[in-house]
Amino acid sequence: MTEAMPKPLCLSVKGLVGHYGENLALNGIDLEVRAGEVVCLLGRNGAGKTTTLRAVVGLLEKRRGSIEIHGQQTIAMLPEAIARLGVAYCPEERGIFASLSTEENLLLPPVLRPGGLSEQQMLAIARILRTGAKFLLLDECTEGLAPVIVAKIGQTIRLLKERGFTVLMVEQNFRFASKVADRFYVIDEGVVVDEFRREDIASDLARIEGLLGL
Amino acid sequence: MDEIFGIPMSALVGQLVIGLINGSFYALMSLGLAIIFGLLHVVNFAHGAQYMLGAFVAWGLLEYFGISYWWALLITPVVVGGVGLLIERLMLRRLYRVDHVYALLLTFGLAMLMEGAFRWKFGATGQPYPNPIAGGFDVGVSYIPAYRVWVIAASLVLCLGTWLVIERTKLGAYLRAANENAALVRTFGINVPRMLMLTYGLGVALAGFSGAMAAPIYQVNPLMGNSLIVVVFAVVVIGGMGSIIGAIITGFGLGVVEGLTKLVYPDAAGVVIFIVMIITLAIRPNGLFGQEAR
Repeated sequence: MTEAMPKPLCLSVKGLVGHYGENLALNGIDLEVRAGEVVCLLGRNGAGKTTTLRAVVGLLEKRRGSIEIHGQQTIAMLPEAIARLGVAYCPEERGIFASLSTEENLLLPPVLRPGGLSEQQMLAIARILRTGAKFLLLDECTEGLAPVIVAKIGQTIRLLKERGFTVLMVEQNFRFASKVADRFYVIDEGVVVDEFRREDIASDLARIEGLLGL
Repeated sequence: MDEIFGIPMSALVGQLVIGLINGSFYALMSLGLAIIFGLLHVVNFAHGAQYMLGAFVAWGLLEYFGISYWWALLITPVVVGGVGLLIERLMLRRLYRVDHVYALLLTFGLAMLMEGAFRWKFGATGQPYPNPIAGGFDVGVSYIPAYRVWVIAASLVLCLGTWLVIERTKLGAYLRAANENAALVRTFGINVPRMLMLTYGLGVALAGFSGAMAAPIYQVNPLMGNSLIVVVFAVVVIGGMGSIIGAIITGFGLGVVEGLTKLVYPDAAGVVIFIVMIITLAIRPNGLFGQEAR
């Protein structure tokens, strides 16, 4: 069986430079996500993973370079306009709105009332699914959760992939990420320093673990 | 029964009504301030001047165009709110990224500018505005002018209506969510900058409406907002910065407290609100209805 045509690009980032205040946080990021892929950004704390996601959704104001979503240049677009391209973002802090009722949270498009941590995370994901966005950006969606819930989120992400969703995720938990993501970028000091596929992990484990400082 | 604790019933009812009248304005004004502060984190020092502007717009509509009170009540909030939209779009918007004190200084400067300009044009003496509703109600111990009843009712309806919009509608949910985390709300595709502009316009429109409603009661003069705004800020602090329901309840409540103080100990009537403010700040620094600062 021949390999299928490559899927269209969902996200293409080239030479992305970004600042947090006066500090250079991104130093020329290049990465691609094709439709239907689950791609994971790895790297140490402060490497620029979250900043990359924030730049993609438009929350990082000082950004230069090129970000194309479904072929549309978004480097100068406002977050509300980028969202309408079908991009949904689940931030690390989850952003559950305490002053809104459960129903309001769900119907916003966004958030839900604070419940348990795992409930919150499922809610945070549920609310962005409701919007009909097909391109999900998930920032550390397993952080601080019990293993059984982490497994559940893993199943959910695989299910989403089967349904044709595209996912770009940031993950500290490499064990978890290695089970759900198709492709990985390792980010360090604001640049992509390595890229590998899930199939490569077994044969290249020592080098990868070295990269991640595991 | 014509006395309670040595206070004549007629005086008591009279002061209660005056208290509720003043409270109606305190509530409407502090509601506008609370909405603006809650979402924009701007302390709108121009609120008193915008109230004054409302009174002058209503007065000018009658004086120059012969437009009656009831139409003025509709037109004034639109005009004053429109001025608010322009202020937000052209000036205030540029200051969200810098320290909040700059927005405070801007609105303070705008207030001085507006009040100065009106004083230069119209002088410091007040312009009279005819009472749009003649007559009143004889409640036995006292006589209550109909216009005052209208002011209290209109203020209550407008306050509760605004509260319902913010607490019970989708638009209100956006506002509350943006208040908590504006950046995240933007990633849901909601145009937060436009929402901020409309919110400022709404708060300012409430001040304009208050001004138009105040015209027949107080004299229309350039400094009418100046004396009111000091008390209204105290009301906002007591109610809790940014608390909608707090602004409404404290507004009416403190109006009544002030009115009753005039009966019990008239010398303290001018300062009682500030005494309440000091006590509140000592016991509950975030105000009666305020939440912990995030």
